[in-house]
Amino acid sequence: MENANATNAKPEIAVSLRDVNKWYGEFHVLKNVNLDVERGQRIVICGPSGSGKSTMIRCINRLEEHQAGQIIVDGIELNNDLKNIDQIRREVGMVFQHFNLFPHLTVLENCCLAPMWVRKIPRKQAEATAMEYLERVKIPHQAKKYPGQLSGGQQQRVAIARSLCMKPRIMLFDEPTSALDPEMIKEVLDTMIELAESGMTMLCVTHEMGFAKTVADSVIFMDAGQIIEMNTPDEFFNHPQHERSKLFLSQILGH
Amino acid sequence: MVAYVNTETLPSLPPPKGLQGPAAWMRQNLFSNWINGTITVVLVIGILAALIPFVNWAFIKADWVGTSRDDCTSGGACWVFVYVHFKLFMLGLYPEAETWRALLVGGILVLTLAGLMIKGVPLKKYIQIFALFFFPIVAYVLLSGGYFGLPHVETNFWGGLLLTLVIAIVGIVAAFPLGILLALGRRSSMPIVKAICVVFIEVWRGVPLITVLFMSSVMLPLFLPEGMEIDKLLRALVGITLFQAAYLAEVVRSGLQAIPKGQTEAANALGLTYWQGMYKVILPQALKIVIPGIVNSFIALFKDTSLVLIIGLFDLLATIQGAFSNPKWLGYAIEGYLFAALVYWIFCFGMSRYSQHVERSLKTTH
Ligand SMILES: Nc1ncnc2c1ncn2[C@@H]1O[C@H](COP(=O)(O)OP(=O)(O)O)[C@@H](O)[C@H]1O
Ligand SMILES: [Mg+2]
Repeated sequence: MENANATNAKPEIAVSLRDVNKWYGEFHVLKNVNLDVERGQRIVICGPSGSGKSTMIRCINRLEEHQAGQIIVDGIELNNDLKNIDQIRREVGMVFQHFNLFPHLTVLENCCLAPMWVRKIPRKQAEATAMEYLERVKIPHQAKKYPGQLSGGQQQRVAIARSLCMKPRIMLFDEPTSALDPEMIKEVLDTMIELAESGMTMLCVTHEMGFAKTVADSVIFMDAGQIIEMNTPDEFFNHPQHERSKLFLSQILGH
Repeated sequence: MVAYVNTETLPSLPPPKGLQGPAAWMRQNLFSNWINGTITVVLVIGILAALIPFVNWAFIKADWVGTSRDDCTSGGACWVFVYVHFKLFMLGLYPEAETWRALLVGGILVLTLAGLMIKGVPLKKYIQIFALFFFPIVAYVLLSGGYFGLPHVETNFWGGLLLTLVIAIVGIVAAFPLGILLALGRRSSMPIVKAICVVFIEVWRGVPLITVLFMSSVMLPLFLPEGMEIDKLLRALVGITLFQAAYLAEVVRSGLQAIPKGQTEAANALGLTYWQGMYKVILPQALKIVIPGIVNSFIALFKDTSLVLIIGLFDLLATIQGAFSNPKWLGYAIEGYLFAALVYWIFCFGMSRYSQHVERSLKTTH
């Protein structure tokens, strides 16, 4: 799976946002967002609620549409060309806060649906791949169960496996552990850390500092629709520069 | 505060005696206090008082077989009326010599339905394809004839339960996909598609079925070019289908609304197209939620088919009414209506039970 556009030795850019702006009606939710993510990089995005973190990563796979600027994913520009959107969505996996598993399908069917319908992979092969990934997230024995029969942590790991079954080149995570009970957060983070160590390009909206410190190449801090600070995890958590970063960190660390 | 550690693990015990069994159930539910007990006794007496004379009339003192009203001598119900007209009620004026064709269609229908509904029947997929695409053709060719040397039977001669079933099944099968498309259209982000669907749904829903049938039989011909004629049954079928589709669209839409946005987002994020996502993710869930509503509207449609009698089609109810208006059989309206009620009830109750069975079998959580 070599990208035909990658001709020079410079690190390949997986995701690139150029002066991205977005409005919800009158409300300016993303303001001149610029970001380059190299292939294999792990980016953690944090910031106060309502700052536009979800909106930004949802623009990357076109769950939301940006109105100005450029978003290039895997060398393909996101515009109104449906072909481009389809192509990008195949290469970009997403994990949601509330898992969004399909409750009427078994775990295995959840994992096979997109490979079979989007990639046109035969059922047998799709199931084999799905079992492989379910094994990797450590729930192969739940394959025949329905999502409603699993715990939150298990459901989120299934959701991760479901995304991976499409063999994406980029993974987006939107607060994957925020809806989980404390004792289940670790199992999901462990899965994500393992994925990061396998070299996946990842953009994660999360406030899990442990995760950020373990795997992130850089941390992005967003506030009011802007990226206002970007640094290595160590620098960002220990020596935040911006006033609002300091305030935010003191709030999530403080009490 | 007293610090306390409980190291004892209590065993699970069976519930106390006297709380289970039929006697306990009756004591708890029927005779829990004197008001409750009185109500129980009064209701039981009331039910018996109503039921005994009815059973006496309808079964014990009834006459069952014969050839004319003179065979009804016992003073109870005269089921001879139904017995004599049974073929008329089932098939209307469908020609005697061709009766086997209608029966064959009925037989195929029963087998197909059984194949679809009974668990564990092999080749389900092929039965489904047959039911949806080939059965209508087979049924039409057999009933209408004109091919393979089968004499043509005009739809004027179709009647009774046969006609009721033709209208109900066509109405249900054709309205279902159309209703889904209308529901999706009404939620579409494309303004023109949305507007068309809204107007269509609101117009058809706002008009009584009787009006639709009248328009299809009286007004539609006025708009057709001179000399062009469309079969009366076909016109009624189109009217009923569109009417039913509008109702169904709203039922389906309520199901679509109940599906969280996250489901669509997950489907999209995985790369499924709109139609793939609808077909594999959203509709299965939405339709499951609204099974009771869908079946409700199918049951309503099944009974509403009886309105076709006002445009001169002789369905089950119309043939029965025709029969007891015959001077030779005057006075047997009660038997006629009871028989009609029984037949309608069997089909409607069947649909209702089947839908409950489907709902149970689709449960995926505990
Ligand atoms: N569909 C929408 N319509 C209007 N406003 C929205 C919509 N989605 C999000 N917003 C608003 O945009 C802002 C950013 O939202 P979001 O990206 O979800 O923030 P975050 O994920 O950082 O908490 C919030 O103020 C939110 O209320
Ligand atoms: Mg968010």
